Amino acid sequence: MINQIYRLVSPRQFEVTYERQGLQSGLVVVRPEYLSICAADQRYYTGTRGKEALSKKLPMALIHEGIGSVVYDPNDNFKPGDQVVMIPNTPTEKDDFVAENYLRSSKFRSSGYDGFMQDYVFLDSNRIVLLSEQLKPHVTAFLELVTISVHAITRFDRLAHKRRNVFGVWGDGNLGYITSLLLKNLYPESKVCVFGKTEYKLNHFSFVDEVYQIDNIPETLKIDHAFECVGGKGSQYAINQIIDYINPEGSISILGVSEDLVELNTRMILEKGITVIGSSRSGREDFVKAVNVLTKYESIQEYLETLVGSVHEVKSIQDIIDTFEADLTSSWGKTVMHWKI
Amino acid sequence: MIYAEILAGGKGTRMGNINMPKQFITLGEIPILIHTIEKFLLNSKFEKIIVVSPKEWINYSKDIIKRYIGVDERIVVVEGGKDRNESIMSGINYIESTFGLNDDDIIVTHDSVRPFLTHRIIEENIENALKHGAVDTAIEAVDTIIQSIDSGEFIDNIPVRDTMYQGQTPQSFNIKILKKYYEELNEQEKAILTDACKIFALKGEKVKIVKGELFNIKITTPYDLKVAKAILGENVK
Repeated sequence: MINQIYRLVSPRQFEVTYERQGLQSGLVVVRPEYLSICAADQRYYTGTRGKEALSKKLPMALIHEGIGSVVYDPNDNFKPGDQVVMIPNTPTEKDDFVAENYLRSSKFRSSGYDGFMQDYVFLDSNRIVLLSEQLKPHVTAFLELVTISVHAITRFDRLAHKRRNVFGVWGDGNLGYITSLLLKNLYPESKVCVFGKTEYKLNHFSFVDEVYQIDNIPETLKIDHAFECVGGKGSQYAINQIIDYINPEGSISILGVSEDLVELNTRMILEKGITVIGSSRSGREDFVKAVNVLTKYESIQEYLETLVGSVHEVKSIQDIIDTFEADLTSSWGKTVMHWKI
Repeated sequence: MIYAEILAGGKGTRMGNINMPKQFITLGEIPILIHTIEKFLLNSKFEKIIVVSPKEWINYSKDIIKRYIGVDERIVVVEGGKDRNESIMSGINYIESTFGLNDDDIIVTHDSVRPFLTHRIIEENIENALKHGAVDTAIEAVDTIIQSIDSGEFIDNIPVRDTMYQGQTPQSFNIKILKKYYEELNEQEKAILTDACKIFALKGEKVKIVKGELFNIKITTPYDLKVAKAILGENVK
């Protein structure tokens, strides 16, 4: 069949392209239904990724957060109509020690490899995970973002020491919200403090123990482990602030992506014996875990629902542009596309 | 129930010097008909996908379906009629004799040589046929349409372009109503009808328009085939 792929060809310009894809390829065919826009997509859309990256990676279909329904599975593992979340990381090899999302050979959708803005998405059957019926589609649309936190917390749990009295989460955006929400549920005995810049955003974090403005943190405050969910230029300020407030031998999980090099107070990292844990993207295990966590903790899904800024019905390329533009002017939450193109 | 009917009854007289109907010409190494059938296969709402073929090409159609798609119980190949509407009726006769007809059964009919259609176009056809009983797929006319009754010698009328649309397919209908209206036509009326939606229009019934796509082209001439190949070949990955 001829598949329509909606690619970004240059900043703010989408075009439909056509690709022949056979049903006999052994791949599962998924009709995308709810797609969510990530900051990384916006960096391509607005052209802030830098000329070199853009010329190397475009044209490319954006979006790596999304769910859909199975329309065809040659192996009958899934039946038509099954709601699934699509995994953007696509490994090409297996390694006994390195997780799929750290293998340099893995492809990642909407980063040099076509994302989910297509009429149909063809995926290997281990690149989709069945969603339970009680999960809401406009929430699971951004389940991939939840898996980023799940992955980081899993790594932290494996690598950090076991005293977890106080967690500090830096960043008052979507990732900070999800990470602190998961920490609060997965470690109910621990105190979770969130550090951010914007008061109205911090007001959303009703479920945590404390919120602090980053320029007004009590001198005496100490945390055992920290999660940096800031990204960009703010990463540097956030990580150095964490180094100041963290207890010796604590861990700092870095989740925020920065285009620039970041200067760190390495002297204090050494003196305090801090473990810095890099964490990026996620893999199948994290998706399975995220589905289980959302199914188990109903309140998590309810809180995540408050993150849904708006749901836009998309039937044309103009609707795609309008949705990306609306997302740019949105100050809080996730923008979701109801994919009806 | 919801049925799809792919009209592959043509013998491709406009495609030039080729020895098989245009729906069997390959596009990206696959026959155009197969591309089209696959788009319908991906929609589980269809109970059956009926491919209407000229009698002498039925075996060939079955062979290529088996070769490229495999055995799929949802696909059946039936013999077409002498013209477009008669072919549609052949498919409907098959449905009636095999499953019987229910009041809310609909059929989504589509040209086999329009392989670029999208999920949305099919979905909106189904949705609106269930709601309105008759659906046409159309795009806004780009060129000004002129009417000439004397076969292109002189202009009789130039309709306002903003009110003009170009019809594509799918065209979708409530089966029972379509059958009833068609059977009420006399032979002369049937002879001048090149379009199934007109059967409803003649009866004063409303036909809902679903937005088509500029790229949902009908591959009937060598030029169309060139265009189709060009847009498929533009991929960079």
